[in-house]
Amino acid sequence: MSGAAKRSLTTQVSDAARHWGPALWVAVIAVAIWQLVAWGFDMPSALLPKPAEVWRAAAENRMELLKALYATGLAAAAGLLAAIGLGSLISVAFSQSRRVRLAFFPYVIFLQTVPIVAIAPLLIIWSGYQFRTVVIVTVIVCLFPIVNSVTAGLMAIDRQWSDLFSLYGAGRAKKLARLQIPAAVPYLVLGAKTSSGLAVIGAIVAEFFVGNGTDYDGLGTLMTHWQGFVKTDALIAAVFTSTLLGLFLFGLVHGTSRTLLRRWMDAT
Amino acid sequence: MMPNDRPAASSIHCRDVTVQFAPSSVAVDRVELTVQSGEIVSLIGPSGCGKTTLLRAIAGLQPMNQGRVELDPVAIASEGQIGFVFQQPALLPWASTLQNVLLPLELIGRGTSRLRREAAEHALESVKLADARDKRPHELSGGMQMRASIARALVTGPSILLLDEPFAALDDMLRNELGRLLLSLWQQQQFTAVMVTHNISESILLSHRIAIMRDGVLESVIDNPIAWPRSPSQMRTPEFAQFFGVVSDLLRGPSSATVGAQEDTS
Repeated sequence: MSGAAKRSLTTQVSDAARHWGPALWVAVIAVAIWQLVAWGFDMPSALLPKPAEVWRAAAENRMELLKALYATGLAAAAGLLAAIGLGSLISVAFSQSRRVRLAFFPYVIFLQTVPIVAIAPLLIIWSGYQFRTVVIVTVIVCLFPIVNSVTAGLMAIDRQWSDLFSLYGAGRAKKLARLQIPAAVPYLVLGAKTSSGLAVIGAIVAEFFVGNGTDYDGLGTLMTHWQGFVKTDALIAAVFTSTLLGLFLFGLVHGTSRTLLRRWMDAT
Repeated sequence: MMPNDRPAASSIHCRDVTVQFAPSSVAVDRVELTVQSGEIVSLIGPSGCGKTTLLRAIAGLQPMNQGRVELDPVAIASEGQIGFVFQQPALLPWASTLQNVLLPLELIGRGTSRLRREAAEHALESVKLADARDKRPHELSGGMQMRASIARALVTGPSILLLDEPFAALDDMLRNELGRLLLSLWQQQQFTAVMVTHNISESILLSHRIAIMRDGVLESVIDNPIAWPRSPSQMRTPEFAQFFGVVSDLLRGPSSATVGAQEDTS
């Protein structure tokens, strides 16, 4: 390895340490406090297992956790992608017609405000105990941030840009395709990032209802199952797995936006 | 039609142009103004006096409540016969400099892809930005962005160029540099131009006549006595200083204006 390459690697490692160091320290301190509380108050494992017990439970149940991670991850990703597609189409419709926006936007807000745990049982009745229902719940949870963000992006067009297109006779379709949609891409990325965390929450909430007594095994299913057997250590392991899934999905959206949409991101 | 196949410069006739945003808010009040073919007229006046609204009305971007704008020969904006330089460069941030300059030609659907590209490259060369064709706007300096914006306005070979305080956000050196560039482009292409500005020196250096607006009303249009061809060195002449005083007095208000005012009656 040349001197320059070594220096570059050293720089990268030190940059990464600077970037992730504070967050890692917080995690180490939190685990230490957890260990102290569980040990100091002599908490029963069923109430608060020690970090090592959670780690052991994760290792013992790794196959089940991995299978559930895959199922929930797939449902969350499918729901997020569907919400991005559907949300973008709805936003285009909202941006093109004030009447459509006035008529339907309150119902998009309704999707955000309605308690998902209240409508999940209804969706199961209508759609069945299956993967599709988990995806539908995820779409409902993810839709609002995307519609809200993309609609704002499509409508927040600088007057000078709008004048420029009008000057050269660009019609509504040309303005939409060549101006509004490109200008809204950073807003779509923002909405997708917000929704990426919500997607995991939506999928797990749906799995609380869908998974019981079926072949479907997601993280939500595992959680309800382990809760029934008071396997707190495994339950906490599932919580950490779902958090990691949320972080992974967020990272995936962030990474995709940075690489594929570099020109937009540089511009914002 | 590409820049080397340009139409004759159009004259602009504003007849009784009135723009009202609310019943009590008249932005442009019965303006009568003629800009001769190949002439540069500066619109100058305090902020909010209606200069930009009048310019937008000339471009066809601002609906009028009364009056009309006649262009002779007819110049159709949607065919690229009117160019507009905005206060900000207004370049699309996701597109390269070349793509930004190509945009008007693509929107009006003129020529083949190859011809459009040639015209855009020619326009970039004319503003000395050929080397920056593949750069995106955030990689350009403020002056380069404004030059790209001028290239975009001229790429269609317009017979009329409208400029809305194009150099307002730039420092004095860049302002002078772009002023020289504008004069050189005008000498080559002989378009008719209307330029909104706050800067008296700029209006004197770059225009044939200066139109002074206040509260939506066109108060006076005065001939610029400074000899052509123009250069920034003329700004140090006594003649320039004297005319600067005249314009400055007119801008301060009717009571200060004592010399040189000539109502535009055309």
